Amino acid sequence: MSTATHVHVEHHDAPPRGIWRWLSATNHKDIGTLYLVFSLIMFLIGGCMALIIRAELFQPGLQFVTPQFFNQMTTMHALVMVFGAVMPAFTGLANWLIPMMIGAPDMALPRMNNWSFWILPFAFTLLLSTLFMQGGGPAGGWTLYPPLVLQTGNAFPFVILSVHMMGISSIMGAINVIATILNMRAPGMTLMKMPLFVWTWLITAYLLIAVMPVLAGGVTMLLTDKFFGTSFFNAAGGGDPVMFQHIFWFFGHPEVYIMILPAFGVISMIIPTFARKPLFGYSSMVYATASIAFLSFIVWGHHMFTVGMPLAGELFFMYATMIIAVPTGVKVFNWVSTMWKGSMTFETPMLFAIAFVILFTIGGFSGLMLAIAPADFQYQDTYFVVAHFHYVLVTGAVFSLMAAAYYWLPKWTGHMYDEKLGKIHFWLSVIGVNILFFPQHFLGLAGMPRRIPDYALQFAEFNALSSIGAYIYGFSQLLFVYIVIKTIRSGEKATDQVWEGARGLEWTLSSPPPYHSFTTAPEVH
Amino acid sequence: MAQAHGAYYVPHSSPWPIVASVGLFTTMAGLANFLNGGALTTMMFGVAILIIMLFGWFGAVINESESGLYNEQVDQSFRWGMYWFIFSEVMFFAAFFGTLFYARQYSVPWLGGAGHRLLTHEMLWPDFRSVWPTNGPSDVGGSFKPMEAWGLPAINTIILLSSGVTVTWAHWGLKENKRSQLILGLAATVFLGFLFVFLQAKEYTHAYEAMNLTLNSGIYGSTFFMLTGFHGMHVTLGSIILLVVLLRAIRGHFTEEHHFAFEAAAWYWHFVDVVWLGLFIFVYWM
Amino acid sequence: MLANLLARMRYPALGLGLLWSLSAAADLKLNMPEGVTTISHQIYDLHMTILWICVAIGVGVFGTMFYSIYYHRKSKGAVPAHFHESTTVEIVWTVVPMLILIFMAVPATRTLINLEDVSKPDLTIKVTGYQWKWSYDYLDEGISFFSTLSTPAEQINNLAPKDKDYLLEVDNPLVVPVGKKIRILTTAADVIHSWWVPSLGWKRDAIPGFINESWALIEKPGVYRGQCAELCGKDHGYMPIVVVAKTQEEYRQWVESKKAAKTASLGSDNPGPAMTNAPGQPAPVTAAQ
Ligand code: HEA
Ligand code: HEA
Ligand code: CUA
Ligand SMILES: [Cu+2]
Repeated sequence: MSTATHVHVEHHDAPPRGIWRWLSATNHKDIGTLYLVFSLIMFLIGGCMALIIRAELFQPGLQFVTPQFFNQMTTMHALVMVFGAVMPAFTGLANWLIPMMIGAPDMALPRMNNWSFWILPFAFTLLLSTLFMQGGGPAGGWTLYPPLVLQTGNAFPFVILSVHMMGISSIMGAINVIATILNMRAPGMTLMKMPLFVWTWLITAYLLIAVMPVLAGGVTMLLTDKFFGTSFFNAAGGGDPVMFQHIFWFFGHPEVYIMILPAFGVISMIIPTFARKPLFGYSSMVYATASIAFLSFIVWGHHMFTVGMPLAGELFFMYATMIIAVPTGVKVFNWVSTMWKGSMTFETPMLFAIAFVILFTIGGFSGLMLAIAPADFQYQDTYFVVAHFHYVLVTGAVFSLMAAAYYWLPKWTGHMYDEKLGKIHFWLSVIGVNILFFPQHFLGLAGMPRRIPDYALQFAEFNALSSIGAYIYGFSQLLFVYIVIKTIRSGEKATDQVWEGARGLEWTLSSPPPYHSFTTAPEVH
Repeated sequence: MAQAHGAYYVPHSSPWPIVASVGLFTTMAGLANFLNGGALTTMMFGVAILIIMLFGWFGAVINESESGLYNEQVDQSFRWGMYWFIFSEVMFFAAFFGTLFYARQYSVPWLGGAGHRLLTHEMLWPDFRSVWPTNGPSDVGGSFKPMEAWGLPAINTIILLSSGVTVTWAHWGLKENKRSQLILGLAATVFLGFLFVFLQAKEYTHAYEAMNLTLNSGIYGSTFFMLTGFHGMHVTLGSIILLVVLLRAIRGHFTEEHHFAFEAAAWYWHFVDVVWLGLFIFVYWM
Repeated sequence: MLANLLARMRYPALGLGLLWSLSAAADLKLNMPEGVTTISHQIYDLHMTILWICVAIGVGVFGTMFYSIYYHRKSKGAVPAHFHESTTVEIVWTVVPMLILIFMAVPATRTLINLEDVSKPDLTIKVTGYQWKWSYDYLDEGISFFSTLSTPAEQINNLAPKDKDYLLEVDNPLVVPVGKKIRILTTAADVIHSWWVPSLGWKRDAIPGFINESWALIEKPGVYRGQCAELCGKDHGYMPIVVVAKTQEEYRQWVESKKAAKTASLGSDNPGPAMTNAPGQPAPVTAAQ
């Protein structure tokens, strides 16, 4: 597919200096850096909101915030984390790594690449500004269910339009990834030779362009229902509030895989490196990823078991959802087999990767339990669900991002990070996060609903524990920020190879790599 | 470096994306403010920035293209970009078609007591009969006349289908370097496109004034105007794109081999065409 | 306990040990209640089955992994093997999980079919969610009333000590008989709510403009508490549900006294939800501002 024998860029340009370098950037590394920095800031903002939630939930009774503000925090926390922290972080990795991994000079559409990024800070300015508006920010949950969300005050159109902007950004980013992967590979880099990170991102990009427009359509209908008198989600006019849920989850379920497939890619790069053994079952990993992506389109109803779907619908969504455990299991088993009879060392990226495998799988197990429709009638909208999705999102997606940061930072900056601090960060995180989220399983099973600012007394102990975990986990992330800054500024010089067991084109470049990754395409055998 | 395909062109830096972001932000903030009852000025200002941006950005791209900086591989990137952009548009429309399908297949019959929803009907909406078109059990927006398929919409179908023919004819002209056929074909397409929009506007006026069919007319009015409205916006956009391509063709741009902009516009046009067929069948006819 | 097992494997000495002793000391509820209806027992059994299957798979997978982490490490002089593919094992670990899933799906399907079987009820109660209270209509008896949180604001604002049933107490509980198939219809007047009493085994959304049906056959008398389970605005956390299940005898008495009270106060200030016309009418657009 790749037509080029050699690629080449204009040489007359050193990057512009100062702020303009970033504003007008077309270089994939600059844009990748922008994405990563942006997402880290958003992670801190979203995390602070989570800490407000956990502070209020430390004890029964209302202590710090009003219920309305609590709901705003829940809603904003999720929107910021999902669209501001995790998704842009993966796009940042894609920008940095895909061209280096496939032997390309840059992303296929560099100017559009810049636009995809710069929409985001503006979108989040719009979103976060609603907190200061009359009536406050959105408080109907990140799922934006009508009719409740239509009760939002002045914030409403700002929220909807900021979601549109995030959608535009994601779609353009995804198109860029697809064009790059399909068109910019070095000669000899056939599809089945691509590193798994590239594969998972290719599939993720398809998910993005398939579902972000559907979300855009859904929220547009919310907008017209509120301002132009349409009746999409109003039974009196022949519509149905539940219809929005179908639209939202048609987007929302693939969305959660958008946040985990690239994580699978990252883990599939790291484990072989530190096991010093090739990834086990490369092709089955590719097929498994594709199957997960395919299945993700037909399972959305599992978020809606309690809305009163016809029995046949409930059965269909239950079976389809359960099947996802199979390809996901294949991935887990392949990772374990990669470690099997390897020669392992446990640097920080590997520690995070191992924690990912265990904790993500625990999150997957609770997901499977949720998939069992009759049992979900008990779990739905409780902290059991909250525990489930934080295990897959925090100890899944976020842990993979931490692993990725430690793994590629030496390549990006040319400096080794401080291994000792890295390990401390890891242990604090892994202990904190489990104190934070594991008790939430029990809270949910014992009957604590989610999205409440105050709760009955029997939930007090575990909530206190969970809040303590939140503060341990949250503050240990400051250590991460410190480590990153320190690595950029100073640190032992990293070799090109960085890790003894690392394989792939990005390790053939210098550390830090040249401004235009591969000005001459490498030959891949 | 000299080699068969030349070099992959990577622009070194560009002001346009950040201008575009500022423009988009201003537009969106302005629109939100307008929806909250504010003035339209901010939004207009944003749109102005976006228009300037479009001239600047596309101007830069056209210049680069005309000065031969884009090799085949760059061209291929544009193609992939356009394919998947159109695919995302397909999914955007799918959301609204899905809505129409859901309303007709589920929500309206349910309100009328179908399936497991007998009690919904009996207890909440006993007087409602499930029919299509409908403005729902509360007669939202008052009684209205549904849109007939075989008047203006049928004419519009013919117009759009012929425009698909004329644009293909123009493409043949371009590929055989018959410039007048290219220009004539494009001009005809642009004309048909705007004619379609004009007739659609007439249809809307008629609906609002004579038929009491509005966005307020329950689920029928909602789906009708949402689907045809977004389609109409896409036709307008497509016509403008084709107009730009026409102007470029008149200026002598494009060669037999190298004319991605033309093809992109044509694909987009065919996409708009196909959506219309879906609309004609599912919104007007069935 | 899943927690205990996995925790023990992960961090022999750490935080979760603490959690365990804490839970033992405070007699905390860690698990789903077994409930008091046929459905809830079935769901509880299902829950325990899938939980233990997951635990077993976890033990297998993580056990293998930790074995490998322990023995196949460079510091122990492990030399990497070179195998990286095997179609046979890929097929095995596709088929075996598939079989496990089928094993889970069978009881799940049975329970679900049972749960959705609302036919032949003995009595029917309509539950309507409002921002932020519930109303109950006994369709066969013509009784209707609102049910609102009765926890005083001082307790919520930490100005008074909290009761045992803090946030789980209402002025007028729903009273039902044991041993009868009760059909519960849920709907809402403004936004979506969800009616949930864990001991009954299910929750069901209350959706404006639509009616959902579910059922419960309560086995023993008692007071069962639950909460609204769908975010419905600022006081979502403050619309609890209390179900008082009485013997059929006592239930009859309760019905009679309610009816008597109603005739006595007819025409007076008892607002009672006038539920003859359709909720869902207030179009959200208007409700919004
Ligand atoms: C990264 C994000 C992510 C991921 C990967 C998943 C993965 C899965 N999720 Fe999760 N989910 C969310 C994010 C995610 N989810 C979020 C955010 C919500 C809540 C949204 C909201 O309401 O706000 C949610 C909610 C949610 C629900 C709705 C709960 C409710 O509201 O009632 C359900 C129900 O089925 C579900 C199921 C699953 C399943 C079956 C998987 C599967 O993919 C898991 C598969 C993995 C495994 C099973 C483990 C590994 C497998 C093996 C070791 C093989 C052998 C195993 C067996 C045979 C059991 N999820
Ligand atoms: C990727 C997504 C993601 C991530 C990473 C997280 C991370 C966290 N989440 Fe959450 N969360 C969601 C997605 C995510 N979450 C979603 C989708 C919901 C559902 C929303 C809804 O119901 O609508 C939710 C809901 C949710 C709830 C339930 C709220 C409710 O139902 O009312 C809770 C409660 O504990 C919670 C907690 C946390 C915590 C403690 C973290 C922690 O991991 C956060 C840790 C990070 C930090 C704490 C940042 C570190 C910063 C500092 C220490 C301060 C320093 C500051 C500066 C230097 C500026 N989240
Ligand atoms: Cu009612 Cu939540
Ligand atoms: Cu899902």
